[in-house]
Amino acid sequence: MKDLSDDRPAAAVQPESDPMPPGTAEMKCSVLHLTVSQLDEMIAHCLRAYPEEGCGLLTGHATTGTVAKIQPTRNVAASAQVYTVDPAEHLRIDRAAEAEGNSVIGVFHSHTHTDPYPSPTDVSQAPEPSWHYVLVSLRQEVASVRSYRIIGEEVAEEPIEVH
Amino acid sequence: MPEVNLPNLLRSHAGGQRSVRVEGATIAEVLETLQGEYPGLSGQLVTSEGDLHRFVNVYLNDDDVRYMEKLDTKVQPDDTVSILPAVAGGAQ
Repeated sequence: MKDLSDDRPAAAVQPESDPMPPGTAEMKCSVLHLTVSQLDEMIAHCLRAYPEEGCGLLTGHATTGTVAKIQPTRNVAASAQVYTVDPAEHLRIDRAAEAEGNSVIGVFHSHTHTDPYPSPTDVSQAPEPSWHYVLVSLRQEVASVRSYRIIGEEVAEEPIEVH
Repeated sequence: MPEVNLPNLLRSHAGGQRSVRVEGATIAEVLETLQGEYPGLSGQLVTSEGDLHRFVNVYLNDDDVRYMEKLDTKVQPDDTVSILPAVAGGAQ
């Protein structure tokens, strides 16, 4: 039962996917594959981080876009408006993924009061064009999750297939 | 010779290699040698003022060089230098 004195959003999820806009061939074929528990794990981490933005990395198979692990990390910016993945944790996760035959394939973070769409800051600071960028919006009572590819300044939403 | 691990974004400038070995007794020398051997990396790691780009994190083994002597950090032949992009953004 939701505690009405708790103003944090509920833990339910609405994975959303719209038809992809025209873009590069890579963007057109891009899909992110997640399990239900992985989706829940991302949202739970973002809820725990609230009122700050929560963040973490996705590790898995780069060629298929299949997430093997959700890797929550510390937001060293400790802000409700921006995030920075703890660099030391990034290094540890990168090494662990390689040891498992995987790689870091993306990042997720929350927008505490705005829509799950990459901001100009998200686009300008997107570090890797091959990555999947997952936004978890806590704006509504029900968390909203969307995934994007960001190549240069071009942003294209991709479907999330939940297994 | 120190080993340098490259992030995915920069590997295309190094023939697709994840890891390369280059000479250098300091981080600055390693990066300079790296950029000399792989010119496509020029300007992506060190600014024109000679500082590490703020969106690049460099580790000597397990340690962030920003908390050591930065580009003057000494590197041994059996060390591993890891380069990773800063991962940041936000709604603002």
